[in-house]
Amino acid sequence: MNAAHYWHCFVGIQTREWLRFWQQRTRFASALVRPLLWLVVFAAGFRAVLGISIIPPYETYITYETYIAPGLCGMIILFNSMQGALSMVYDRELGSMRVLLMSPLPRPFLLVTKLLAMGVVSVGQVYVFLLLALLVDVEPPLWGYLAVLPALILTSLMLGALGLLIATWIKQLENFAGVMNFVIFPMFFMSSALYPLWRMNEASPWLYWICQFNPFTHAVEAIRFSLYLEWNPMAFGITAGVTIVLSLLATAGFRPQRTKILGGKPA
Amino acid sequence: MTIEARNLSFHYGNKPVLKEVSLTLTSGGFHALLGPNGAGKSTLFGLLTRLLALQQGDILMAGQSLKKQPAEAMRQIGVVFQQNALDLDLTVRQNLLYHAALHGLSRKEARLRGDRELERFQLLDRANEPVRKLNGGHRRRVEIARALLHEPSLLLLDEPTVGLDVASRRGLNDHVRTLCESDGLTVLWATHLIEEVRPEDRVLILHEGKLLADGAGHDICEAEGTRDLAETFHTLTGAG
Repeated sequence: MNAAHYWHCFVGIQTREWLRFWQQRTRFASALVRPLLWLVVFAAGFRAVLGISIIPPYETYITYETYIAPGLCGMIILFNSMQGALSMVYDRELGSMRVLLMSPLPRPFLLVTKLLAMGVVSVGQVYVFLLLALLVDVEPPLWGYLAVLPALILTSLMLGALGLLIATWIKQLENFAGVMNFVIFPMFFMSSALYPLWRMNEASPWLYWICQFNPFTHAVEAIRFSLYLEWNPMAFGITAGVTIVLSLLATAGFRPQRTKILGGKPA
Repeated sequence: MTIEARNLSFHYGNKPVLKEVSLTLTSGGFHALLGPNGAGKSTLFGLLTRLLALQQGDILMAGQSLKKQPAEAMRQIGVVFQQNALDLDLTVRQNLLYHAALHGLSRKEARLRGDRELERFQLLDRANEPVRKLNGGHRRRVEIARALLHEPSLLLLDEPTVGLDVASRRGLNDHVRTLCESDGLTVLWATHLIEEVRPEDRVLILHEGKLLADGAGHDICEAEGTRDLAETFHTLTGAG
Protein backbone atom coordinates (compact mmCIF):
# COMPACT_ATOMS: atom_id res chain seq x y z
CA MET A 1 0.00 0.00 0.00
CA ASN A 2 1.41 3.40 -0.95
CA ALA A 3 0.73 6.99 0.18
CA ALA A 4 -2.04 7.40 -2.41
CA HIS A 5 -3.95 4.46 -0.90
CA TYR A 6 -3.69 6.02 2.55
CA TRP A 7 -4.85 9.36 1.20
CA HIS A 8 -7.89 7.91 -0.60
CA CYS A 9 -8.79 6.02 2.53
CA PHE A 10 -8.40 9.12 4.71
CA VAL A 11 -10.57 11.19 2.37
CA GLY A 12 -13.16 8.42 2.13
CA ILE A 13 -13.57 8.17 5.90
CA GLN A 14 -13.80 11.95 6.30
CA THR A 15 -16.32 12.19 3.46
CA ARG A 16 -18.53 9.52 4.95
CA GLU A 17 -18.59 11.26 8.30
CA TRP A 18 -19.69 14.52 6.70
CA LEU A 19 -22.33 12.73 4.64
CA ARG A 20 -23.69 11.21 7.82
CA PHE A 21 -23.58 14.60 9.49
CA TRP A 22 -25.64 16.04 6.64
CA GLN A 23 -28.13 13.17 6.81
CA GLN A 24 -28.54 13.65 10.55
CA ARG A 25 -28.23 17.42 10.72
CA THR A 26 -31.28 17.85 12.96
CA ARG A 27 -29.72 15.51 15.54
CA PHE A 28 -26.50 17.47 15.39
CA ALA A 29 -28.38 20.74 15.76
CA SER A 30 -30.22 19.43 18.79
CA ALA A 31 -26.88 18.53 20.36
CA LEU A 32 -26.20 22.28 20.52
CA VAL A 33 -29.15 22.81 22.83
CA ARG A 34 -27.25 21.55 25.89
CA PRO A 35 -24.27 23.94 25.73
CA LEU A 36 -26.54 26.82 24.73
CA LEU A 37 -28.67 26.24 27.83
CA TRP A 38 -25.54 26.38 29.94
CA LEU A 39 -24.40 29.52 28.21
CA VAL A 40 -27.68 31.40 28.35
CA VAL A 41 -29.52 30.08 31.40
CA PHE A 42 -26.88 28.66 33.75
CA ALA A 43 -24.45 31.49 33.12
CA ALA A 44 -27.15 34.12 33.66
CA GLY A 45 -27.97 32.58 37.03
CA PHE A 46 -24.38 32.23 38.12
CA ARG A 47 -23.09 35.52 36.81
CA ALA A 48 -24.00 37.23 40.05
CA VAL A 49 -22.70 34.44 42.26
CA LEU A 50 -19.29 33.98 40.69
CA GLY A 51 -17.09 36.99 40.26
CA ILE A 52 -14.29 36.48 37.81
CA SER A 53 -11.10 38.36 38.45
CA ILE A 54 -8.68 39.24 35.71
CA ILE A 55 -6.88 36.03 34.84
CA PRO A 56 -4.90 35.10 31.75
CA PRO A 57 -5.63 34.98 28.87
CA TYR A 58 -8.16 37.74 29.53
CA GLU A 59 -6.87 41.29 29.81
CA THR A 60 -9.92 42.84 31.47
CA TYR A 61 -12.80 41.77 33.63
CA ILE A 62 -14.98 39.39 31.71
CA THR A 63 -18.53 38.15 31.96
CA TYR A 64 -19.19 34.66 33.20
CA GLU A 65 -20.51 33.78 29.73
CA THR A 66 -17.14 34.69 28.28
CA TYR A 67 -15.40 32.55 30.88
CA ILE A 68 -17.41 29.38 30.34
CA ALA A 69 -17.63 29.55 26.53
CA PRO A 70 -14.31 27.66 25.99
CA GLY A 71 -15.40 25.07 28.57
CA LEU A 72 -18.66 24.60 26.72
CA CYS A 73 -16.72 24.13 23.46
CA GLY A 74 -14.93 21.35 25.31
CA MET A 75 -18.27 20.02 26.53
CA ILE A 76 -19.60 19.71 22.98
CA ILE A 77 -16.54 17.72 21.99
CA LEU A 78 -16.65 15.66 25.18
CA PHE A 79 -20.24 14.51 24.65
CA ASN A 80 -19.79 13.92 20.92
CA SER A 81 -16.53 12.04 21.28
CA MET A 82 -17.82 9.73 23.98
CA GLN A 83 -21.08 9.08 22.18
CA GLY A 84 -19.24 8.57 18.89
CA ALA A 85 -16.66 6.20 20.33
CA LEU A 86 -19.34 4.19 22.09
CA SER A 87 -21.40 3.90 18.93
CA MET A 88 -18.31 2.61 17.11
CA VAL A 89 -18.20 -0.53 19.20
CA TYR A 90 -21.72 -0.98 20.50
CA ASP A 91 -24.56 0.24 18.35
CA ARG A 92 -25.15 2.55 15.43
CA GLU A 93 -21.75 2.30 13.79
CA LEU A 94 -21.28 -1.45 14.02
CA GLY A 95 -21.89 -2.15 10.34
CA SER A 96 -19.60 0.65 9.33
CA MET A 97 -16.93 -0.61 11.72
CA ARG A 98 -17.05 -4.09 10.22
CA VAL A 99 -16.48 -2.57 6.81
CA LEU A 100 -13.77 -0.29 8.19
CA LEU A 101 -11.85 -3.13 9.79
CA MET A 102 -11.88 -5.14 6.56
CA SER A 103 -9.61 -2.55 4.99
CA PRO A 104 -6.10 -3.80 4.24
CA LEU A 105 -4.65 -0.61 5.76
CA PRO A 106 -3.26 -0.79 9.30
CA ARG A 107 -5.90 -0.67 12.01
CA PRO A 108 -4.28 2.10 14.07
CA PHE A 109 -4.40 4.30 10.97
CA LEU A 110 -8.05 3.41 10.34
CA LEU A 111 -9.12 4.00 13.92
CA VAL A 112 -7.29 7.30 14.32
CA THR A 113 -8.68 8.49 10.98
CA LYS A 114 -12.16 7.52 12.09
CA LEU A 115 -11.76 9.33 15.43
CA LEU A 116 -10.40 12.34 13.62
CA ALA A 117 -13.32 12.34 11.19
CA MET A 118 -15.82 12.25 14.05
CA GLY A 119 -13.81 14.96 15.78
CA VAL A 120 -13.85 17.26 12.77
CA VAL A 121 -17.64 17.08 12.71
CA SER A 122 -17.68 18.04 16.41
CA VAL A 123 -15.39 20.94 15.63
CA GLY A 124 -17.95 22.12 13.07
CA GLN A 125 -20.53 22.13 15.85
CA VAL A 126 -18.21 24.10 18.10
CA TYR A 127 -17.93 26.80 15.46
CA VAL A 128 -21.73 27.01 15.15
CA PHE A 129 -21.87 27.31 18.95
CA LEU A 130 -19.26 30.08 18.94
CA LEU A 131 -21.26 31.98 16.33
CA LEU A 132 -24.40 31.70 18.47
CA ALA A 133 -22.37 32.77 21.51
CA LEU A 134 -21.87 36.13 19.82
CA LEU A 135 -25.52 36.79 20.71
CA VAL A 136 -24.60 36.85 24.42
CA ASP A 137 -21.55 39.01 23.77
CA VAL A 138 -18.91 36.31 23.81
CA GLU A 139 -16.64 37.97 21.31
CA PRO A 140 -13.16 36.55 20.99
CA PRO A 141 -10.80 38.22 18.52
CA LEU A 142 -11.49 37.35 14.91
CA TRP A 143 -8.20 35.47 14.45
CA GLY A 144 -8.97 33.51 17.57
CA TYR A 145 -11.51 31.51 15.60
CA LEU A 146 -8.70 30.25 13.41
CA ALA A 147 -6.10 29.95 16.17
CA VAL A 148 -8.38 27.71 18.22
CA LEU A 149 -8.72 25.10 15.46
CA PRO A 150 -5.64 22.98 16.40
CA ALA A 151 -6.71 22.93 20.05
CA LEU A 152 -10.21 21.82 19.09
CA ILE A 153 -8.95 19.04 16.83
CA LEU A 154 -6.45 17.87 19.43
CA THR A 155 -9.16 17.82 22.10
CA SER A 156 -11.54 15.86 19.92
CA LEU A 157 -8.87 13.29 19.13
CA MET A 158 -7.89 12.99 22.79
CA LEU A 159 -11.45 12.49 23.96
CA GLY A 160 -12.31 10.19 21.05
CA ALA A 161 -9.34 7.99 21.91
CA LEU A 162 -10.37 7.98 25.55
CA GLY A 163 -13.89 6.99 24.54
CA LEU A 164 -12.64 4.17 22.34
CA LEU A 165 -10.39 2.92 25.12
CA ILE A 166 -13.24 2.94 27.62
CA ALA A 167 -15.75 1.42 25.22
CA THR A 168 -13.39 -1.41 24.29
CA TRP A 169 -12.19 -2.34 27.74
CA ILE A 170 -14.81 -1.42 30.31
CA LYS A 171 -17.81 -3.58 29.62
CA GLN A 172 -19.76 -2.12 32.51
CA LEU A 173 -19.84 1.23 30.71
CA GLU A 174 -21.34 -0.01 27.49
CA ASN A 175 -24.26 2.40 27.62
CA PHE A 176 -24.15 6.14 27.39
CA ALA A 177 -25.75 6.71 30.79
CA GLY A 178 -22.87 4.90 32.47
CA VAL A 179 -20.28 6.87 30.56
CA MET A 180 -22.11 10.09 31.36
CA ASN A 181 -22.14 9.42 35.10
CA PHE A 182 -18.67 7.99 35.48
CA VAL A 183 -16.68 9.78 32.79
CA ILE A 184 -18.32 12.82 31.22
CA PHE A 185 -19.71 14.54 34.32
CA PRO A 186 -16.64 13.98 36.53
CA MET A 187 -14.35 15.15 33.73
CA PHE A 188 -16.46 18.20 33.06
CA PHE A 189 -17.13 19.30 36.63
CA MET A 190 -13.61 18.56 37.87
CA SER A 191 -12.05 20.88 35.34
CA SER A 192 -11.62 24.58 34.70
CA ALA A 193 -14.62 24.58 32.35
CA LEU A 194 -17.05 26.23 34.76
CA TYR A 195 -14.81 27.92 37.34
CA PRO A 196 -11.20 29.05 37.46
CA LEU A 197 -9.00 26.64 39.34
CA TRP A 198 -7.84 29.21 41.90
CA ARG A 199 -11.44 29.30 43.09
CA MET A 200 -11.44 25.54 43.38
CA ASN A 201 -8.20 25.73 45.34
CA GLU A 202 -9.85 28.07 47.83
CA ALA A 203 -12.79 25.72 48.23
CA SER A 204 -10.95 22.41 48.35
CA PRO A 205 -7.23 21.87 47.72
CA TRP A 206 -7.61 18.15 46.99
CA LEU A 207 -10.31 18.82 44.42
CA TYR A 208 -7.99 21.42 42.94
CA TRP A 209 -5.33 18.76 42.44
CA ILE A 210 -7.79 16.37 40.87
CA CYS A 211 -8.74 19.16 38.46
CA GLN A 212 -5.05 19.70 37.71
CA PHE A 213 -4.61 16.03 36.86
CA ASN A 214 -7.70 16.00 34.67
CA PRO A 215 -6.55 16.23 31.03
CA PHE A 216 -9.86 17.90 30.15
CA THR A 217 -8.78 20.90 32.24
CA HIS A 218 -5.73 21.35 30.04
CA ALA A 219 -7.74 20.82 26.86
CA VAL A 220 -10.16 23.56 27.97
CA GLU A 221 -7.24 25.86 28.80
CA ALA A 222 -5.65 25.16 25.42
CA ILE A 223 -8.96 26.13 23.80
CA ARG A 224 -9.35 29.19 26.03
CA PHE A 225 -5.86 30.55 25.44
CA SER A 226 -5.77 29.98 21.70
CA LEU A 227 -9.25 31.46 21.28
CA TYR A 228 -7.84 34.65 22.78
CA LEU A 229 -4.63 34.44 20.77
CA GLU A 230 -2.45 33.52 23.72
CA TRP A 231 -0.02 30.62 23.75
CA ASN A 232 -0.20 28.23 26.68
CA PRO A 233 2.58 25.69 26.15
CA MET A 234 1.75 23.68 29.26
CA ALA A 235 -1.91 23.21 28.34
CA PHE A 236 -1.00 22.35 24.75
CA GLY A 237 1.85 20.09 25.77
CA ILE A 238 -0.24 18.09 28.24
CA THR A 239 -3.18 17.84 25.83
CA ALA A 240 -0.90 16.70 23.00
CA GLY A 241 0.96 14.25 25.24
CA VAL A 242 -2.24 12.71 26.61
CA THR A 243 -3.66 12.55 23.07
CA ILE A 244 -0.65 10.58 21.84
CA VAL A 245 -0.68 8.19 24.80
CA LEU A 246 -4.44 7.60 24.65
CA SER A 247 -4.40 7.14 20.86
CA LEU A 248 -1.61 4.59 21.14
CA LEU A 249 -3.37 2.73 23.95
CA ALA A 250 -6.77 2.85 22.25
CA THR A 251 -5.58 1.67 18.85
CA ALA A 252 -2.98 -0.85 20.00
CA GLY A 253 -5.36 -2.31 22.54
CA PHE A 254 -8.40 -2.36 20.26
CA ARG A 255 -9.86 -5.87 20.07
CA PRO A 256 -12.95 -6.37 17.94
CA GLN A 257 -13.83 -9.45 19.98
CA ARG A 258 -14.29 -7.23 23.03
CA THR A 259 -16.97 -5.31 21.18
CA LYS A 260 -20.22 -6.19 19.46
CA ILE A 261 -18.71 -5.70 16.04
CA LEU A 262 -19.17 -9.36 15.18
CA GLY A 263 -22.74 -9.16 16.30
CA GLY A 264 -22.48 -11.33 19.38
CA LYS A 265 -22.01 -10.57 23.01
CA PRO A 266 -18.51 -9.33 23.70
CA ALA A 267 -16.25 -11.86 25.38
CA MET B 1 -6.87 -18.44 -4.71
CA THR B 2 -6.44 -21.45 -2.44
CA ILE B 3 -7.13 -20.93 1.25
CA GLU B 4 -5.85 -23.25 3.88
CA ALA B 5 -6.84 -23.21 7.53
CA ARG B 6 -4.57 -25.21 9.80
CA ASN B 7 -5.58 -26.45 13.23
CA LEU B 8 -7.75 -23.49 14.12
CA SER B 9 -8.94 -23.39 17.69
CA PHE B 10 -10.71 -20.51 19.32
CA HIS B 11 -12.34 -19.95 22.67
CA TYR B 12 -14.34 -17.14 24.25
CA GLY B 13 -13.13 -17.10 27.83
CA ASN B 14 -13.20 -20.75 28.85
CA LYS B 15 -15.73 -21.74 26.23
CA PRO B 16 -14.21 -23.39 23.16
CA VAL B 17 -16.03 -22.52 19.93
CA LEU B 18 -13.62 -23.97 17.36
CA LYS B 19 -11.64 -27.12 17.97
CA GLU B 20 -8.67 -27.92 15.74
CA VAL B 21 -10.44 -27.10 12.49
CA SER B 22 -8.40 -27.66 9.33
CA LEU B 23 -9.78 -27.13 5.86
CA THR B 24 -8.76 -26.14 2.35
CA LEU B 25 -10.81 -24.04 -0.06
CA THR B 26 -9.88 -24.69 -3.66
CA SER B 27 -9.47 -21.88 -6.13
CA GLY B 28 -12.63 -20.96 -8.06
CA GLY B 29 -14.86 -23.34 -6.13
CA PHE B 30 -18.20 -22.89 -4.38
CA HIS B 31 -17.90 -24.19 -0.82
CA ALA B 32 -20.90 -24.57 1.44
CA LEU B 33 -20.23 -24.30 5.14
CA LEU B 34 -23.12 -25.98 6.90
CA GLY B 35 -23.77 -25.87 10.57
CA PRO B 36 -26.58 -25.28 13.04
CA ASN B 37 -26.69 -22.06 15.05
CA GLY B 38 -23.75 -21.91 17.43
CA ALA B 39 -21.65 -24.34 15.36
CA GLY B 40 -18.78 -21.86 15.08
CA LYS B 41 -19.42 -20.57 11.54
CA SER B 42 -19.34 -16.89 12.45
CA THR B 43 -16.23 -17.44 14.57
CA LEU B 44 -14.53 -19.10 11.61
CA PHE B 45 -15.53 -16.10 9.49
CA GLY B 46 -14.24 -13.78 12.18
CA LEU B 47 -10.86 -15.49 12.01
CA LEU B 48 -10.75 -15.49 8.22
CA THR B 49 -11.53 -11.76 8.18
CA ARG B 50 -9.20 -10.87 11.06
CA LEU B 51 -12.08 -9.50 13.10
CA LEU B 52 -10.98 -12.13 15.58
CA ALA B 53 -7.33 -12.63 16.34
CA LEU B 54 -5.94 -16.12 15.77
CA GLN B 55 -5.42 -17.90 19.06
CA GLN B 56 -4.18 -21.20 17.71
CA GLY B 57 -3.35 -22.36 14.19
CA ASP B 58 -2.85 -20.32 11.06
CA ILE B 59 -4.63 -19.38 7.85
CA LEU B 60 -2.75 -19.36 4.56
CA MET B 61 -4.07 -17.44 1.57
CA ALA B 62 -2.29 -18.39 -1.64
CA GLY B 63 0.48 -19.68 0.61
CA GLN B 64 0.79 -16.42 2.60
CA SER B 65 0.19 -16.48 6.31
CA LEU B 66 -2.60 -14.26 7.57
CA LYS B 67 -0.47 -13.63 10.64
CA LYS B 68 2.54 -12.46 8.66
CA GLN B 69 0.95 -10.76 5.65
CA PRO B 70 -2.41 -9.44 6.90
CA ALA B 71 -2.64 -6.51 4.47
CA GLU B 72 -2.04 -8.67 1.41
CA ALA B 73 -4.59 -11.20 2.64
CA MET B 74 -7.23 -8.54 3.31
CA ARG B 75 -6.85 -7.22 -0.23
CA GLN B 76 -7.88 -10.63 -1.49
CA ILE B 77 -11.02 -11.00 0.62
CA GLY B 78 -14.54 -9.74 0.03
CA VAL B 79 -17.08 -10.28 2.79
CA VAL B 80 -20.83 -10.23 3.14
CA PHE B 81 -21.64 -10.23 6.83
CA GLN B 82 -24.60 -11.90 8.44
CA GLN B 83 -25.89 -8.58 9.79
CA ASN B 84 -26.43 -5.63 7.53
CA ALA B 85 -23.22 -3.65 7.14
CA LEU B 86 -24.58 -0.96 4.84
CA ASP B 87 -25.17 2.58 5.95
CA LEU B 88 -28.91 2.90 5.48
CA ASP B 89 -28.88 6.69 5.38
CA LEU B 90 -26.35 6.87 2.57
CA THR B 91 -27.10 6.10 -1.05
CA VAL B 92 -26.06 2.88 -2.73
CA ARG B 93 -23.25 4.65 -4.55
CA GLN B 94 -22.02 6.44 -1.42
CA ASN B 95 -21.77 3.09 0.34
CA LEU B 96 -19.73 1.66 -2.51
CA LEU B 97 -17.45 4.69 -2.67
CA TYR B 98 -16.78 4.43 1.06
CA HIS B 99 -15.79 0.79 0.76
CA ALA B 100 -13.59 1.50 -2.25
CA ALA B 101 -11.83 4.32 -0.39
CA LEU B 102 -11.08 1.96 2.47
CA HIS B 103 -9.28 -0.23 -0.03
CA GLY B 104 -7.28 2.74 -1.28
CA LEU B 105 -9.10 3.19 -4.59
CA SER B 106 -9.34 6.66 -6.09
CA ARG B 107 -12.79 8.18 -6.42
CA LYS B 108 -12.68 7.94 -10.20
CA GLU B 109 -11.67 4.30 -10.19
CA ALA B 110 -14.20 3.54 -7.45
CA ARG B 111 -17.02 5.10 -9.44
CA LEU B 112 -16.11 3.13 -12.54
CA ARG B 113 -15.94 -0.15 -10.69
CA GLY B 114 -19.03 0.63 -8.65
CA ASP B 115 -21.14 1.34 -11.69
CA ARG B 116 -19.84 -1.80 -13.37
CA GLU B 117 -20.81 -3.94 -10.37
CA LEU B 118 -24.19 -2.27 -10.00
CA GLU B 119 -24.90 -2.86 -13.66
CA ARG B 120 -24.00 -6.51 -13.25
CA PHE B 121 -26.41 -6.73 -10.32
CA GLN B 122 -29.06 -4.75 -12.22
CA LEU B 123 -29.05 -1.98 -9.65
CA LEU B 124 -27.43 0.86 -11.56
CA ASP B 125 -30.70 2.77 -11.83
CA ARG B 126 -30.94 2.77 -8.04
CA ALA B 127 -27.40 3.99 -7.41
CA ASN B 128 -28.52 7.34 -6.04
CA GLU B 129 -31.23 6.02 -3.77
CA PRO B 130 -30.69 5.70 -0.03
CA VAL B 131 -30.14 2.06 0.92
CA ARG B 132 -33.06 2.39 3.33
CA LYS B 133 -35.43 2.43 0.35
CA LEU B 134 -34.22 -0.94 -1.01
CA ASN B 135 -35.83 -4.24 -0.11
CA GLY B 136 -33.87 -6.98 1.68
CA GLY B 137 -32.90 -8.83 -1.49
CA HIS B 138 -31.58 -5.70 -3.16
CA ARG B 139 -29.64 -4.70 -0.07
CA ARG B 140 -27.94 -8.07 -0.11
CA ARG B 141 -27.07 -7.60 -3.75
CA VAL B 142 -25.55 -4.23 -2.94
CA GLU B 143 -23.50 -5.88 -0.21
CA ILE B 144 -22.18 -8.45 -2.65
CA ALA B 145 -21.46 -5.77 -5.25
CA ARG B 146 -19.58 -3.88 -2.58
CA ALA B 147 -17.64 -6.95 -1.52
CA LEU B 148 -16.49 -7.43 -5.12
CA LEU B 149 -15.49 -3.82 -5.68
CA HIS B 150 -11.81 -4.29 -4.89
CA GLU B 151 -11.73 -7.44 -7.06
CA PRO B 152 -11.05 -10.03 -4.36
CA SER B 153 -10.17 -13.65 -5.07
CA LEU B 154 -12.15 -14.96 -2.12
CA LEU B 155 -15.74 -14.11 -1.30
CA LEU B 156 -17.00 -14.98 2.17
CA LEU B 157 -20.74 -14.92 2.76
CA ASP B 158 -22.01 -15.48 6.28
CA GLU B 159 -25.63 -16.62 6.07
CA PRO B 160 -26.31 -14.04 3.38
CA THR B 161 -29.90 -15.10 2.78
CA VAL B 162 -31.17 -14.61 6.33
CA GLY B 163 -34.44 -12.73 6.23
CA LEU B 164 -34.97 -13.10 2.50
CA ASP B 165 -37.93 -14.73 0.78
CA VAL B 166 -37.48 -17.98 -1.12
CA ALA B 167 -37.22 -16.39 -4.56
CA SER B 168 -34.61 -13.85 -3.41
CA ARG B 169 -32.63 -16.59 -1.67
CA ARG B 170 -32.52 -18.70 -4.79
CA GLY B 171 -31.66 -15.73 -7.00
CA LEU B 172 -28.77 -14.71 -4.76
CA ASN B 173 -27.43 -18.24 -4.51
CA ASP B 174 -27.55 -18.70 -8.30
CA HIS B 175 -25.85 -15.38 -8.82
CA VAL B 176 -22.92 -16.19 -6.58
CA ARG B 177 -22.46 -19.53 -8.31
CA THR B 178 -22.31 -17.67 -11.62
CA LEU B 179 -19.55 -15.49 -10.20
CA CYS B 180 -17.53 -18.59 -9.37
CA GLU B 181 -17.78 -19.73 -12.96
CA SER B 182 -17.35 -16.37 -14.68
CA ASP B 183 -14.70 -14.77 -12.43
CA GLY B 184 -12.96 -17.80 -10.97
CA LEU B 185 -13.95 -16.52 -7.54
CA THR B 186 -13.44 -18.81 -4.55
CA VAL B 187 -16.61 -18.74 -2.45
CA LEU B 188 -17.32 -19.82 1.10
CA TRP B 189 -21.06 -19.71 1.69
CA ALA B 190 -22.09 -20.30 5.29
CA THR B 191 -25.65 -21.36 5.86
CA HIS B 192 -27.89 -23.57 7.91
CA LEU B 193 -30.35 -23.95 5.04
CA ILE B 194 -29.75 -27.26 3.26
CA GLU B 195 -31.77 -26.22 0.21
CA GLU B 196 -29.05 -23.70 -0.65
CA VAL B 197 -26.56 -26.53 -1.15
CA ARG B 198 -26.33 -28.79 -4.19
CA PRO B 199 -25.12 -32.40 -4.04
CA GLU B 200 -22.12 -31.63 -6.24
CA ASP B 201 -20.98 -28.73 -4.03
CA ARG B 202 -18.01 -29.06 -1.79
CA VAL B 203 -19.63 -29.26 1.64
CA LEU B 204 -18.09 -28.58 5.04
CA ILE B 205 -20.19 -29.50 8.04
CA LEU B 206 -19.32 -27.76 11.28
CA HIS B 207 -20.90 -28.73 14.56
CA GLU B 208 -19.98 -27.64 18.09
CA GLY B 209 -16.70 -26.25 16.81
CA LYS B 210 -15.60 -29.41 15.02
CA LEU B 211 -15.45 -30.09 11.32
CA LEU B 212 -17.47 -33.29 10.97
CA ALA B 213 -17.40 -33.68 7.19
CA ASP B 214 -15.49 -32.21 4.28
CA GLY B 215 -16.06 -33.31 0.69
CA ALA B 216 -18.46 -33.28 -2.24
CA GLY B 217 -22.04 -33.43 -1.01
CA HIS B 218 -22.86 -36.73 -2.73
CA ASP B 219 -19.63 -38.31 -1.48
CA ILE B 220 -20.47 -37.38 2.09
CA CYS B 221 -23.95 -38.85 1.69
CA GLU B 222 -22.46 -42.03 0.29
CA ALA B 223 -19.96 -42.31 3.12
CA GLU B 224 -22.69 -41.77 5.71
CA GLY B 225 -25.14 -44.08 3.92
CA THR B 226 -27.80 -41.41 3.73
CA ARG B 227 -30.17 -40.42 0.96
CA ASP B 228 -29.52 -36.72 0.84
CA LEU B 229 -27.69 -33.87 2.52
CA ALA B 230 -30.59 -33.06 4.81
CA GLU B 231 -30.47 -36.56 6.26
CA THR B 232 -26.68 -36.45 6.48
CA PHE B 233 -26.83 -33.12 8.27
CA HIS B 234 -29.42 -34.45 10.68
CA THR B 235 -27.44 -37.63 11.32
CA LEU B 236 -24.20 -35.80 11.98
CA THR B 237 -25.48 -32.88 14.00
CA GLY B 238 -28.78 -34.00 15.37
CA ALA B 239 -30.25 -30.84 13.88
CA GLY B 240 -32.51 -30.36 10.94
